[in-house]
Amino acid sequence: MEEIISVQEVSKKYKEVTAVDGISFNVQKGEIFGFLGPNGAGKSTTIKMLTTLLHPTTGRLLLNGVDVVHEQNKARRIFGIVFQDPSLDGDLTAYENLELHAMLYHLDRTRARERSEELLKLVELWDRKDSMVKTFSGGMKRRLEIARGLLHHPQILFLDEPTLGLDAQTRNLLWNYIGKLNKEEGMTIFFTTHYLAEAEAIAHRIAIIDHGKIVARGTAEELRQQTGTENLEKAYLELTGTGVRDETLSSSDSKRERIRRVMNNRN
Amino acid sequence: MEALYILWLRQIKKYRRSGLRMMLSVIQPLVYFLALGYGFNSIFQKAGRGSYIQFIVPGVIAQTILFTSIFWGANIIFDKQFGFLKETLVAPVSRTTIMFGGALGGATIGVIQGIVLFLIALAFGFHPYNWVAFGGTLLCMIVLSLSMVGFSSAVGALVNDMPGFMAVTNFLVVPLFFLSGSMFPLDNIPGVMKVIASINPLSYAVDAMRATLINQSHFGLVTDFTVMFLTMALLMGLGVYTFRKMEA
Repeated sequence: MEEIISVQEVSKKYKEVTAVDGISFNVQKGEIFGFLGPNGAGKSTTIKMLTTLLHPTTGRLLLNGVDVVHEQNKARRIFGIVFQDPSLDGDLTAYENLELHAMLYHLDRTRARERSEELLKLVELWDRKDSMVKTFSGGMKRRLEIARGLLHHPQILFLDEPTLGLDAQTRNLLWNYIGKLNKEEGMTIFFTTHYLAEAEAIAHRIAIIDHGKIVARGTAEELRQQTGTENLEKAYLELTGTGVRDETLSSSDSKRERIRRVMNNRN
Repeated sequence: MEALYILWLRQIKKYRRSGLRMMLSVIQPLVYFLALGYGFNSIFQKAGRGSYIQFIVPGVIAQTILFTSIFWGANIIFDKQFGFLKETLVAPVSRTTIMFGGALGGATIGVIQGIVLFLIALAFGFHPYNWVAFGGTLLCMIVLSLSMVGFSSAVGALVNDMPGFMAVTNFLVVPLFFLSGSMFPLDNIPGVMKVIASINPLSYAVDAMRATLINQSHFGLVTDFTVMFLTMALLMGLGVYTFRKMEA
């Protein structure tokens, strides 16, 4: 098997805190890889480093052999990402959001148009393609983000808590797409989630990060055996403890949180 | 180029869809134009300075562009808060392209607002002294708009929330505007004010517009354009620099 994601001795230090502390792991081509950990453990920081949004303090990150720090733009064509928070433009239509993405990635016009149609049909938003994204529900936005993340035929799809805040039906639908993409297109999936049953059901392999360090890795089966527990949730609690974590939000994250709360109250 | 174009187009689409908001932003300068223009016209004329309505039009055009462009960076704050900025930051385009695409969009909007105000002034009887020189006025509008959008982008990149952004821009916009000679001639004011006005880059934009619209100049067109282009290069450079340094 070929390695498509390679994280080598990576650390990210801020002034006082070490968010990620010398982690190493690999993801194989075609794998569904679950990256789990409590709030503030270093999950999002790791995803941000893998997707060129943050530079590591030390260490190397490779996507399909491409160094994400030194060959940023080459690395950016390799992956698609669905962020934890929406990253769509609400004042544009669903189709315009895809169009904008296609042009940012320099896709061929005609092929991008075909691919947009195909993807919007896949995520069941084709009939809403000309609606403003601000009129969409949370689940519709997430589906549109997935469609957008796939538009440029990425080899890796990063999903940062893709099912957060969605109802059971939408969650089920999303994992079905994701499983299908992985099987039919051989796409590598790297995801984080707090729903451990989801991870147990879909991930081929799992890594658990806590306090910036990888504390366990393997298949769900292996993690259960290692800890002598009957399911992944219990194995996870065994490995990371039952204490509740205080997450320190970055200022823009906490601001977004506040805005979202205000918007929700208004609706 | 394609990425630059689509980022520019995004701003224009959003502007066109904002409807009423684009009308409202010319109201304030229009009030200045009508109230001050007609209010001070007779005093100005008695002082032997000609028509104040003619005099104030370049000032209010500059004001429209200043206000529209300096607050444009608020869009960057929205893009941060609503997450869209991340979509552009992970795309295979440089930060410079991202900054320029947005800034060109913002500057286009600034220039359109300036032209709208100019047309309204025409309807109220304003007449440029020479239509060929009006080409120079357009150039002033573009350079001024790009300068202020560049500055505004830098503030938008550095600050993460709206109160912070408004604090910085509000702190600057009023002194920039009132101490620029947009409302009064600079030749008979106290020395301290004269010094302040001559280090205020907006003064040169107002002066250049006055030179090209009504053929009156305080600093001379060469000085005006030299200062304006240098300011633009500096502020756009600052915008690009802060975008490159910005962490998501």
